[in-house]
Amino acid sequence: MRPFDYYRSNDPADAVEAASEKGALFIAGGTNLLDLMKLDLMTPNRLIDINRIGLDEITPSDDGGLFIGTLVTNSDCAADMRIRQDYEVLSRAILAGASGQLRNKATTGGNLCQRTRCYYFYDPDMPCNKRKPGSGCSAVGGANRIHAILGASDECIATYPGDMAVAMAALDAQVVIEGQGGDIRTVPVRDFHRLPGDQPDKDNILRPGELITHVTLPPPARGRHIYRKVRDRASYAFALVSIAAVVEMDAGKIASASLAFGGLAHKPWHDPEIDDLLIGEAPSDALFDKAADILLADANGQGGNDFKIPLARRTLKAVLREATGERS
Amino acid sequence: MTRHLKMDTPATARLLDQLPSRLTGTPMDRPDGPKKVSGTATYAHEWQIEGKTFGVLVRAPISKGKLVRIDKSSIEGLPGILGVFSDDRFLRNPAQGTANEAPIQGVSEISYFGQPIALVVAETFEQARHGAHMLELVCEADTDGVYDPEASNLSPEQPEDDQLDQGDLDKAMAEAAFTVDSTYRTPNHNSAAMEPHCSIASWEGDQLTLHGSYQMVKYNVNELADSLGVEPEKVRILSPFVGGGFGSKLGIAPEAVAAAIAAKEIGRPVCVTLTRQQVFENVMRRSESRQRLRLAADETGKLTGLGHECLVSNLPGESFHEPVIQATHFIYGGENRRLSIEVARLNRMCAGSVRAPGEAIGMQVLENAMDELAHVSGIDPVELRKGNIPEIHPEEDMPYSSRPFAAALDEGAKRFGWDKRNPEPGKQRDGEWLIGMGMAAAARVNMLMESKARVKLIDDGTAIVETDMTDIGTGTYAILTQLCCDMLGLAPEQVDTRLGDSNFPKASGSGGSVGASSSGSSVYLACQDIRGELARRLGCDEDELQLNDGKASGGGKEVSLIELLAGETIEGEGHIEPGETMEKVQQATYGSYFAEVAVNAVTGEARVRRMLGVFGAGRILNHKTARSQCLGGMTWGIGMALHEAMEFDPRDGHVVNNDLAEYHVPVNLDVPQLEVVLLEERDDWASPIQAKGIGELGLCGAGAAVTNAIFNATGVRVREYPATLDKILDGLPELEPA
Repeated sequence: MRPFDYYRSNDPADAVEAASEKGALFIAGGTNLLDLMKLDLMTPNRLIDINRIGLDEITPSDDGGLFIGTLVTNSDCAADMRIRQDYEVLSRAILAGASGQLRNKATTGGNLCQRTRCYYFYDPDMPCNKRKPGSGCSAVGGANRIHAILGASDECIATYPGDMAVAMAALDAQVVIEGQGGDIRTVPVRDFHRLPGDQPDKDNILRPGELITHVTLPPPARGRHIYRKVRDRASYAFALVSIAAVVEMDAGKIASASLAFGGLAHKPWHDPEIDDLLIGEAPSDALFDKAADILLADANGQGGNDFKIPLARRTLKAVLREATGERS
Repeated sequence: MTRHLKMDTPATARLLDQLPSRLTGTPMDRPDGPKKVSGTATYAHEWQIEGKTFGVLVRAPISKGKLVRIDKSSIEGLPGILGVFSDDRFLRNPAQGTANEAPIQGVSEISYFGQPIALVVAETFEQARHGAHMLELVCEADTDGVYDPEASNLSPEQPEDDQLDQGDLDKAMAEAAFTVDSTYRTPNHNSAAMEPHCSIASWEGDQLTLHGSYQMVKYNVNELADSLGVEPEKVRILSPFVGGGFGSKLGIAPEAVAAAIAAKEIGRPVCVTLTRQQVFENVMRRSESRQRLRLAADETGKLTGLGHECLVSNLPGESFHEPVIQATHFIYGGENRRLSIEVARLNRMCAGSVRAPGEAIGMQVLENAMDELAHVSGIDPVELRKGNIPEIHPEEDMPYSSRPFAAALDEGAKRFGWDKRNPEPGKQRDGEWLIGMGMAAAARVNMLMESKARVKLIDDGTAIVETDMTDIGTGTYAILTQLCCDMLGLAPEQVDTRLGDSNFPKASGSGGSVGASSSGSSVYLACQDIRGELARRLGCDEDELQLNDGKASGGGKEVSLIELLAGETIEGEGHIEPGETMEKVQQATYGSYFAEVAVNAVTGEARVRRMLGVFGAGRILNHKTARSQCLGGMTWGIGMALHEAMEFDPRDGHVVNNDLAEYHVPVNLDVPQLEVVLLEERDDWASPIQAKGIGELGLCGAGAAVTNAIFNATGVRVREYPATLDKILDGLPELEPA
């Protein structure tokens, strides 16, 4: 661990100001950052502790949605009655991730910034374009069972590993970001994370020193909420494939549908074509297959992760069946 | 005084069954339990030693080649750095269990990725780790590293003692009514003990004290002394608490030697603790295996031939190889046999003992093959096994000692409801889940090792047990206390059991399931020694002596123990040695596993729903700790079946999943309610206390019950462990239309 300065901030503007220094990073729960610092994989020279800046509540928004403060812990968010009743998919996704202990520490904003679990990113002696731009991607041609089948580039085939953001992408939540001088901008969760392209070191669109202050949920989406996570063990494992689905039926037809996918790409995957295909149609196996065709049209296996392609198809079909079928 | 026993004849006296006190066998709580849950059991890293510094090992960043130079100046000026050490005495890898001498040493030849080649010492652990990351090395990589044990250009070694060719297996296969010829593969495993490996070395003059996390202290002293080039008398090792060993702490390891060298140099104690990543890179792995199983059976399912041919690997120069066929030799009959092991030399971290070396993967795969035979022959798996229990050892003209194998099979089948299983695969469904039942047999060789203990009966009527035996979480403190209580008629709070100090009498150590019966026998003998003296003082025969509740009686007399001691302490020593009973009979422990597994018809995810194990291991010394061993073993079995595998980069052979997030051991949700049944048994051939080893029996075939259940659920036979969903997916039925 490289020696670093520590600064505890008491309000958001002050935190943003303090983070303007090069090499500064915010720390909240620290459940990912501290691990990375211990291994010298991330080497901030200054940590801005934001745990006491407020922003730790869930409050109603004017349009009937919710503001989730950036410091609301995963546990608190998942347990909130409003979230459980109106945004069930989010509660389920959070509870599918990590462990009780980690969820007690991990925060909403921090979880959005969680970094990949690529084996090679985690090894300082291995080339990795995400960790050290230009050094190469060891996962291509290496051990890549957990890697991306969608949207990868020659430079990086890592996945975004989280669950919470996948549900937020399905819900079309917005990320509220504060920058220098009180500048506020709002970015859809669907656009918050990036595809690797030729800049895999950039996980998301945050600029240095910018602070996530909230995640905004739109008014409750009606319909059936499903989060299905497929993984190698029953708990405490990252998704091989995960699907967040919010689907409403009306008179035997799909009235609305919003799907997002985890474990497949460098970001929570959302393809509006899939939603558009489903809306207005009567559920059928053929329809679900078409949805899978759209999802996987450009899917590319790396050898170790080839199985994710049929797995994603099967899982998607099962989720859609559950979402559109009779309630058992 | 010393009471010595060489096990040349069966111990039929069964004194423990005649004593008035019967604490042995009961589920007594561990005396060390409160310390462990209150954080006052001191583990190696936690010793507060004046002036303690911290060292972190530096890994070789290549898999084969030479260390040319270490650029010490690259970390000069970093805060807290006290020194960089690299020495020809550094260990290439840990010593194998019971090696009793230094393993291969040196830092200039690099044989595997992650080999420790330097130590950075600093005032704090964080400073040392940063220094270790920043230290610049110049290495020259060879291009001929070997990372694939099955590479066609390799000529694996064929250890002489592991090539059995009896009768004519090919002919038996050709003439059999039913045959199986299947090849399985099992991956590399890491013990993943909760406590990382750690040593603190401190010197006083030329006297070295090592606080370490070690399983076999008597051997470790000699290994450490030999590594450093000092006399064993100059080395003391303290290892009173070990946070899980599983074989990974059997032999002296690189951190101990590096700590000792650095501590001598800087004149301060040095603590070297492995990071979790280093635990995966440096510590003994269980070798991967390729196992070809051939079974030939007649129309009744009786085996006429049995082939078990294995390929495993290790580093060049290592004598150990995974003894995959250990139990195959004796568990089932079949007169035509080919059992063999080949060893490929790889540039991969050292292979050594990982819990139940041999049987863990050997029985697992043999029991898969038996399930295949049951399927092709249409014979019930339980009956098939019962029909193949040999009368005498199928390779050597030798009877068996106590062997409750058939009883374990019957008891398990009855308790599990085996009769409700549909033998036809893929027939039982619960919503999206396919349900199957599977079973497997358990077998593990039993051994006794030389062990010594001292018991002091103090004039106040309390006792102290001293032996350099270790408790690696297994319950040694409990069972030795229980034995001493019964033998001397004392209550548990009157007995203080002290372990893990090399100044104490030399014990077997913990490994190979020998610890309980070996060290237990030594304490039993030490107490017999004391009983002899007490009988003499009382004026009765030792056989007549009754010790109970602080009183001694015999020959018509009864006095209080304190009176008999008359202000003196009586010291007894016990010394057990293995003898002819190890050669005259085949000694082993047996059992059965039954599992119900659900496989998701959409995703192929397999989850165990319930599991039962029935085990016989001679006298059970403590029902709680023995049961815990079995629960742990079965949990390992679930992990071996479904989750655990070290993944290696195919290009340079380094382990990529080197933490507990990506090396998957089962978590709570993967482990359903497990049921353990311990059979009542005495094995007079095994030890004077009629106990056999139980520490490993829980995983000697357990995984096969799970994968056999997967077959019963789905019809998919996974022959490449672990049975992750990608290996099941292809064989699943198409999803039914919506």
